[in-house]
Amino acid sequence: MARLDAVSKRTVGKIERLAESVIKAVKGKKNPFVEIPIRSLANIHFDKKKGVVQLGSQKQKRYFFNVSMAKKFMQTFLVSDACKELVESGKTTSIRDLYYITKHTIGDSRQNTFEEQDESDPIIEDLEVSLDALREELHLFASRKGSMVGPVTIRDTGDTIDLRRMGSGGWAVPSIVEENVVQFGKHEARYILLIEKDAVWSRFNEDKFWKREKCIIIQGGGQPPRGVRRMVQRLHAELRLPVYVLVDNDPWGFYIYSVMKQGSINLAYESMRMAVPSARFVGLSSFDKDKYQLPMNVAIKMDEGDVARARQMLAYPWFADKRWQREIEEMVRSGVKFELEALSRRGISFITEEYLPKKLRDKDWLE
Amino acid sequence: MAATKKAATAKVKSTGPVKAERQLSLLDTAPAKAPARPGKEAARPASRPATSGKAVRSRGPAGKQVELVEVEPEASAEAPVQAERGPKRRATAEQMATKQREISISEFFTKNRHLLGFDNPSKALLTTIKEAVDNSLDACEEAGILPELTIEVRDLGLDAKGEGELTKGEGRFVVVVEDNGPGIVKAQVPKIFGKLLYGSKFHRLKQSRGQQGIGISAAAMYGQLTTGQPIRITSRTGKGKPAHFFEIQIDTRKNNPVVTRDDQLDAWHQEHGTRVELEIVADWRTGQRFVNRYVEHTALANPHATVHYLRPKQPKLSFPRATEELPKEALEIKPHPHGVELGALMLMASESKSHDLKGFLQTAFSRVSPPVAGAILKAAGIKDRVRPREIGADRQLAARLHRALQETKIMAPPTNCLSPIGDELMRRGLVSFLSVIESEGPEEGDGQLDLDAARKKPGKKKGKAEVVPPPPPEITPEEGVERIKGHNYFIATVTRPPKVYRGNPFQVEVGLAFGGSWPADKTIELFRFANRVPLLFQRSACGMTESIVKTDWRNYMLSQPKGSLPVGPMALLVHIASVWVPFTSEAKEALAHYPEIIREIQLAAQECGRKLATFIRKKQQADYQAQRRSIFELYIEEVASSIHQITGKSRDAIRRDFLRVAEQVTEADLAADDKKLEEASEKLSKRPRRGEAEGE
Ligand SMILES: Nc1ncnc2c1ncn2[C@@H]1O[C@H](COP(=O)(O)OP(=O)(O)O)[C@@H](O)[C@H]1O
Ligand SMILES: [Mg+2]
Repeated sequence: MARLDAVSKRTVGKIERLAESVIKAVKGKKNPFVEIPIRSLANIHFDKKKGVVQLGSQKQKRYFFNVSMAKKFMQTFLVSDACKELVESGKTTSIRDLYYITKHTIGDSRQNTFEEQDESDPIIEDLEVSLDALREELHLFASRKGSMVGPVTIRDTGDTIDLRRMGSGGWAVPSIVEENVVQFGKHEARYILLIEKDAVWSRFNEDKFWKREKCIIIQGGGQPPRGVRRMVQRLHAELRLPVYVLVDNDPWGFYIYSVMKQGSINLAYESMRMAVPSARFVGLSSFDKDKYQLPMNVAIKMDEGDVARARQMLAYPWFADKRWQREIEEMVRSGVKFELEALSRRGISFITEEYLPKKLRDKDWLE
Repeated sequence: MAATKKAATAKVKSTGPVKAERQLSLLDTAPAKAPARPGKEAARPASRPATSGKAVRSRGPAGKQVELVEVEPEASAEAPVQAERGPKRRATAEQMATKQREISISEFFTKNRHLLGFDNPSKALLTTIKEAVDNSLDACEEAGILPELTIEVRDLGLDAKGEGELTKGEGRFVVVVEDNGPGIVKAQVPKIFGKLLYGSKFHRLKQSRGQQGIGISAAAMYGQLTTGQPIRITSRTGKGKPAHFFEIQIDTRKNNPVVTRDDQLDAWHQEHGTRVELEIVADWRTGQRFVNRYVEHTALANPHATVHYLRPKQPKLSFPRATEELPKEALEIKPHPHGVELGALMLMASESKSHDLKGFLQTAFSRVSPPVAGAILKAAGIKDRVRPREIGADRQLAARLHRALQETKIMAPPTNCLSPIGDELMRRGLVSFLSVIESEGPEEGDGQLDLDAARKKPGKKKGKAEVVPPPPPEITPEEGVERIKGHNYFIATVTRPPKVYRGNPFQVEVGLAFGGSWPADKTIELFRFANRVPLLFQRSACGMTESIVKTDWRNYMLSQPKGSLPVGPMALLVHIASVWVPFTSEAKEALAHYPEIIREIQLAAQECGRKLATFIRKKQQADYQAQRRSIFELYIEEVASSIHQITGKSRDAIRRDFLRVAEQVTEADLAADDKKLEEASEKLSKRPRRGEAEGE
């Protein structure tokens, strides 16, 4: 068994304690159960003070001796067992891989432990919340996407990496960026810029925006994966850097910002480790089309889904602020949305040379 | 239809137009006419009976050849006297008088054969068997003998060894019914078998199978009409007495028997008993399913009888008796005043030998004591001095007495005269029935035995007896469950206490067999019986069907489309025993819709249904528990492995602990689930019938 670091030891201990609790229950002739915080909208609230979406205190007991729960109970321990092995062997794997690791036919029946990955993914999330261990601590990752450059040196599994010398592609952000994997070294960064899209991020990299502005630029290919979000959160918390978010002017863009800021409903239990409540929305704003004289022919008509989505957002408690209400209402009113690339209409480097510098200078952002 | 016409035309050629003979007796013509191997023409002596001589004449030669229809003498050619005004007179009284005469019994039979159950060769086969079997069972019961019956159908198209091609469609068949009953005294045999409307049961109020006393001689008549062959009887009344063999024909003109053969036999294998042999034109191919059913159901409703059944080209089928106990003897009772009809009252009065009305009422009716008789007369305002004969002659007087009879409070008739099958014997009957029957599951179509349909579509139901299903794993049957031919059936039976309708005592019984090999997605099988006689026809017109349809079977865990019989793997037996079973028609095929009877059947069905619901609920629970247990057991292995891997603790110890909790949890949950299901079903039972709007 490889020597374990503190985090891994803690995780293994949690899994063992869960299993011990089951042994104790059946020894005492009790129906064994696993207690799982409920991950649904009903058990989520917005903590105004902290500015994040948080899981409530409602828990659900998953019993073994209950026809509708027995299978999930069994699955929970299959996954626990597999994760313990991963952690102990110092290996990390994808959740898809875990599905294959734990899938087998039960006894001489025609039943499988898992029929589809759709069955095992929620079990992983259940385990995360009930153990209070992040997926990464269980040595699991979802998908890897996202890249980053900036005036900072890091250590990734023992390798020193200078993010000032990453060429055009940047450093691929791994899905697990916990401190046992990634540590931060010397840096001159003043802030972090999270960009929605890979293409726009490439423009910023090519224009050496980060060098000029002394900032870290990072992109997550749309909705940022956990690795990117956790990286931003750690940079923000550990290096005390402000976070700016640059996304398309559409409901999806707003949503990416809101997840970055408050955490998602689905992963509310990780908000504290993922969300940056002070993150600032620098654009694209619904009012930029006038401010930056974007011609209407670069606008995209919103469809019914977009409008409904935007309307929904008006009700989010973290968008209750008057300025946010105006921002969203303007989008609904105009019935059009814009991609970041629309700014290229004003020149290919308009976004890096004029748009963003002006925004930052004018403190023209939303929080 | 076309075939009938053709047959009729063919007949004309063979016999020629009938001259002005006043009456034709079959006795005169039949032997001469019966060909050695009669073809279709002899098989069908008459197409639909003509309704009048006139109608026959207008139909031309095809109508005239019908032997049994009177051909009137040439009518006078004179034109009728024409009145000054009004419609033209067509006939004078004198002319009409020439057409007025006594109706011969053969004519009556020919015209009314459909009323008697001989409307076509398929049905005639069944009716012939039925009449003989009913008589055998009645006689055995009355004599106190455990019946052993042999029913045989022989296809004369086959050779002596029973080999060859089965007759397709109509043909000659021999029906044999033999019993070990009391036998019939020599002197009575001719009248019983050679005279219509001669019997022992017509004049008595007693639960019995035969009622009209028309039975067996009508079958003899049918045989004689269609084949020219006499009925053959062998009978012996006891040990040391000789057996006699008779051949009897009916003189249709005089309705009198003609004994054509009377032999004393040296030996006969039966110590006592009767053997009846009839040669008839029948249709075995289409008729057999009805005969099969009749035989099966007769065995079912008569668990004290052993029945052997022999059919052409099929192995012998035997229904062994399920009990050595004879049914309780059905006693003869006097009619109850509340049940008597005005006409019957007048007839009884006129035939009374009593000197006064009081005496008449007391002797003729049950439950009439001197004070009751006095009360009746007082209510009618009739003096006791009045002679019964006067009542018989005076309709108004009789009506007053009749009303008083109805209105006076009189004790219900004695009900000890009834002989139901009984709970236990019904159960045993069902078990042995299910053990022997070949046909399982409902009939095709709407489950009605419809002879007309059957003729178009020959019964394709073949015996399934050879196809033995693989024996399922041995399970210990629960209470009320019988394991038959590898299937589990739940059987419940209910015998209601006797009740009275219109002064007639009656008793209702219901039995059901659920599960087994009955199809789960078809309408249930409804077996109807009246005085132990299966009712095979007119299901939808029957009061029993109405009662079962009106019962809400959804309360008893079966599905039931609105206004229909329930759907499910079940056979339901309904039996009514009564001294006088009210039928909708002379054919005695469907029970009349008397509210008192319908209600009783419903009550019995509900009682049975409750037992069924309890069983189904228990079974569902047991299935659920078994399934549950196996789920737990399956997962325990996995959980024990995982936890063993995580903690390093003994896998076996973990598994043991889990299994121990499993036992305990299952027990506790069982009780809780029981309660829940009980409550749910209670709610269900209280739920009102779905509204009309909610079509199904
Ligand atoms: N197999 C038999 N054994 C003894 N008696 C019989 C038998 N068949 C008929 N009988 C007697 O003949 C009578 C007439 O029978 P049937 O014509 O069928 O009329 P029903 O059965 O209605 O009385 C019966 O009442 C019975 O007394
Ligand atoms: Mg009879």
